[in-house]
Amino acid sequence: MDHISPVLWQFLVKWLTNFPLIPPEASRIAPQMDALLFFMILVSLIGLTIVALLVASFSILYSKKRHPVAVQVEGSTLLEATWTIIPLGLFLTMFVWGALIYFRVYTPPPNSMNIYVVGKQWMWKAEHPGGQHEINSLHIPTGRAIQLTLISQDVFHSFSIPAFRVKREAIPGRYTTVWFEATVPGTYHLFCTQYCGTNHSQMIGDVVVMTPEGYKQWLAESTSGMSLAQNGERLFASLSCAACHNARPDARGPSLANVYGAKLPLASGGAVVADEAYLRESILNPSQHVTQGYAPIMPTYQGQISEEGVIALLEYIKNLDSDYRIQQTLNTTDLLPESASKAQAATGPAKEKPAAHEPAPQGMVKQ
Amino acid sequence: MSATIVSLPDQSTARIPKVNYITKENGILSWLLTSDHKRIAILYLISLTFFFFIGGALAGLIRLELLTPQTDLMATDTYNKVFTMHGVIMIFFFLVPSVPATLGNFLIPMMIGAKDLALPKINLLSWYLYMAGGILAIYTMATGGVDTGWTFTTPLSTHYVNTNVLTTGLAAFVAGFSSIFTGLNFIVTIHKMRAPGMTWFRLPLFVWAHYAASILMVLATPVVAIAIVLIALERTIGIGIFDPTKGGDPLLFQHLFWFYSHPAVYIMILPGMGVISETISTFSRKRVFGYTAVAFSSVAIAVFGFFVWAHHMFIMGISNYAVLVFSLLTMLVAVPSAIKIFNWTFTLYKGSITFETPMLYTFGFMGLFTIGGLTGVFLGTSGTDIHLTETYFIVAHFHFVMVGGMLMAFLGGLHFWWPKMTGRMYPEKISQLAAVVTFIGFVFTFFPQFILGTLGMPRRYASYPPEFQILNVFSTAGATILGVGYLLPVLYLVWSLKYGEIAGDNPWQATGLEWQTQSPPLTENFAEMPVMDHEAYDYEWLEAQNQKRQKEVISAG
Amino acid sequence: MPDNSAIAHGSPENSGDAHDEHPSYLRHHFNSVEQQADAAGFAMWLFLVTEVMFFGGLFTAYLIYRNWYYAAFVAGSHQLNVKWGTLNTLVLIVSSFTMAMGVWCSQTRRRSGLVLCLTLTFLLGLGFLGIKTIEYREKIEKHHVPGFHYSLQSFMDPQSEPEVYSEYHDKPLPLDMAVHTELYFSLYFLMTGMHALHMIIGLGILAFMILRARTGAYTSGHTTFVLNFGLYWHFIDIVWIYLFALLYLISRHA
Repeated sequence: MDHISPVLWQFLVKWLTNFPLIPPEASRIAPQMDALLFFMILVSLIGLTIVALLVASFSILYSKKRHPVAVQVEGSTLLEATWTIIPLGLFLTMFVWGALIYFRVYTPPPNSMNIYVVGKQWMWKAEHPGGQHEINSLHIPTGRAIQLTLISQDVFHSFSIPAFRVKREAIPGRYTTVWFEATVPGTYHLFCTQYCGTNHSQMIGDVVVMTPEGYKQWLAESTSGMSLAQNGERLFASLSCAACHNARPDARGPSLANVYGAKLPLASGGAVVADEAYLRESILNPSQHVTQGYAPIMPTYQGQISEEGVIALLEYIKNLDSDYRIQQTLNTTDLLPESASKAQAATGPAKEKPAAHEPAPQGMVKQ
Repeated sequence: MSATIVSLPDQSTARIPKVNYITKENGILSWLLTSDHKRIAILYLISLTFFFFIGGALAGLIRLELLTPQTDLMATDTYNKVFTMHGVIMIFFFLVPSVPATLGNFLIPMMIGAKDLALPKINLLSWYLYMAGGILAIYTMATGGVDTGWTFTTPLSTHYVNTNVLTTGLAAFVAGFSSIFTGLNFIVTIHKMRAPGMTWFRLPLFVWAHYAASILMVLATPVVAIAIVLIALERTIGIGIFDPTKGGDPLLFQHLFWFYSHPAVYIMILPGMGVISETISTFSRKRVFGYTAVAFSSVAIAVFGFFVWAHHMFIMGISNYAVLVFSLLTMLVAVPSAIKIFNWTFTLYKGSITFETPMLYTFGFMGLFTIGGLTGVFLGTSGTDIHLTETYFIVAHFHFVMVGGMLMAFLGGLHFWWPKMTGRMYPEKISQLAAVVTFIGFVFTFFPQFILGTLGMPRRYASYPPEFQILNVFSTAGATILGVGYLLPVLYLVWSLKYGEIAGDNPWQATGLEWQTQSPPLTENFAEMPVMDHEAYDYEWLEAQNQKRQKEVISAG
Repeated sequence: MPDNSAIAHGSPENSGDAHDEHPSYLRHHFNSVEQQADAAGFAMWLFLVTEVMFFGGLFTAYLIYRNWYYAAFVAGSHQLNVKWGTLNTLVLIVSSFTMAMGVWCSQTRRRSGLVLCLTLTFLLGLGFLGIKTIEYREKIEKHHVPGFHYSLQSFMDPQSEPEVYSEYHDKPLPLDMAVHTELYFSLYFLMTGMHALHMIIGLGILAFMILRARTGAYTSGHTTFVLNFGLYWHFIDIVWIYLFALLYLISRHA
């Protein structure tokens, strides 16, 4: 999007980074946003200069000493039109340009790697699908589109990475997303920019951008062994989800295999794409999101599950491509003596799982 | 600057007129129970100055803390309270009432040729409501303060702080009604009490600006009132209206809050723009270029100002299409302000310009408001807003328009009409110095904050990464200079009450109706009802009047 | 918009003199009685506009949450007694009529007529508040007041309320929808409560007016006060009609 000569551009950026007036450009969108920023600064400088020159020259030429008698000038429709249309045209240009960038920043590409970020007073918790958890830091590779799915546990926070020129509010009650692609390895500031109480200014951290190899290594070193999806599977069992969502012919709830991204017909009419927001809402406010053909009997889990728990369940559901393991769980559970009541077998699936279970593929979202 | 338009009466023989609105009645009760719009304006002026310096002291504390990257001057909680109270006091108890309640109250009836506002007792009530709110705000500060930010964002303000949210909310609520009644009074007055011959397009642009601001006061303020009520109930009872666990939406509060708070910024700036129209005309000896355009621009700003509130919420998770709509409308609301700046600039064209203090403040306004307004476009452009919002860029933007714009206009207006209100001139040299000092201090304080914001420094931070320190030190240094610039007028204006030169009726040889009566004015403003038979800013009419008066003096002598 | 009363009257008016030329109720900053009445009426209309904006915030919240949680709003609305609501609506409409008659009495200088009309209006207003008290008490007893032991039982088990169930045969709401009924009742109490507060203030002013009317204050040419209060009263009536439709009649259609 920049029509500036690459040489001049590099010079500008280098100079500006050494006497920083702008943060380093470390993402793919950063130079595009900076181009618009420079355009606006340029227009502002020109506008300011015009006004300043006019005021200065009029003040000198028409000072009382030099021009003792004022000439009563009524106005000029031509001038009015000029300084209405030109600013309007410039502002509308900025509007269109900015809108394009805005849409770009908040429309994640379909192949982006998803990282969940939960904000709470006063720290950021990042959860990688492979199970890596970070507090107040975010490790990411270059060359990959990365989507952040943000939510807050308490009040409004705002996740800001100035070097990437991205920022997004973390809201209590629903997900927000933003995406970026890091281009330059290094460590950059991470800020919370929405005032959130006492330690708002301490809710800062580092975004560590690594080369893809470095990132792979970091992943291996920092994993706790369980991916988010695996944690989700445990929760799925311990919360007795399989009692209804088990793909049996008489099941009380719809099968969840491959449901992520599918278009679901709703009992209330209409259809909805089962994205993260829908899945979260179905867990917390199920009766408003019932799939067609099923009764609104799912109990709400509001208050029984944390945001991290929801995220783990989401990851599990996103990676679910068959009901085989669920069926297995139920079969095994049925054999247990206490299976008369609704399945409370928290230990069942975990024992069944062989050690060589393949972790969910890193970040690849099933479509 | 030896050339000046000031024309004072012969100081050896001049006297303040014996009967005027100040001497008409004596005693504190005659002031506290007055219905004279001029006395009420003075009451407002005194109380506003008081609250301004409290807000200013809080600002000083903020800048002192930010000298160093660590939180070492005060506890983080205290810092949070300081910036919250700074915002609450400056916005609700200084900026919103400043020009309308002082200059507007004093001048609008005189400018339209009326004896008072339409509802004088409601005017007095407005002042008492303002004082009640202000006392509540002081009480809040004295009993532990509040630390939600002046924006009271939910759910922080409803569920997560233990500070005086309710009393602060009540203070703002009460002050809001003060504002509503003032606006209501102005609208009724301007519609119904203009003198014979005073058609809409003969009104001074100061009146047009206040009319537009009053529409905003009347229509927008009730919405923030209900938002505050909802917060109070959410906080005490837990009605769930903003609580996601009960199905409420915290973003609803922001919509209700910004539905007022965006028009509020136009409530704050429009009266200041009205002052600029008057001063630039007087000190160029010309009518304002494009009178109709400026008048309609004021109304356009008011109307468009209602439709842009969600540009404060671009990254809050509202839909992308909503962002498109609000960003487009924000571009539209920026245009009338640009039109005004150019019209004022061309008022200078072929004028006869002098540089007395009000004119210096006017130039300061034009430069600083242009910068502030243009940076508003940076923020209204959705793409760049992503990077710049919630940083010091925003802080710099609104201080440029509010302090560099509005406060400069207020000071300029105060100096311009000081001789009319008090009968005495302020001392010119020191006031010009103060104006220049204010300008320099302002630029040093707030320009570095644009850079800080672009670099990413978030707002409302008590501590920050060390690389931001040098710009913060610049900013604090500027704030010290700025403080001096604001302190000086208090000192010399009070001094002038006793020792200033006698001003006479029309020291600036200006054209408004307010300048055709004595200074200070009579309680009933005019000895006989004026009839408006000339256009606004008609310097030829003024010339003819002066010649007629000279002939009368000669023939009488 | 030409305001002829502002421009046409050019007679100079010296303050302090010529009292015999104008009525005692003409304030000195006005040039004529017409101007004063005009300004007062305009001010009242403007004040009512601010009231619309004030209630507007609540109506906005109502519209959003009704759209999101329609089932909960229907269930909540069924808990209101439409008969009382209709009666209250009639009471207010009749009181608006008596108020309008009062204005006519003031304009035609009928002192006792005015006192009668104002008193009737006052009594009807009291009646409205009395009925509202009955309704509120019922809500308190059923634990439908948000924040004060709010109970979801009526919504999750509609048959526990036989009178309501026999009329509507509501299906039981699941828990996550039932919790949203608290939002409905919050809005119900807020909107009717705000309305009732305005009525109480109105009744206070009305009481003051009745006392003054008995001395003939409003039947000797100075009708402004009664006229403008009438505007306020009609506004309260109109707001109630909207509240009635939105809160009581949610699921009723042809």
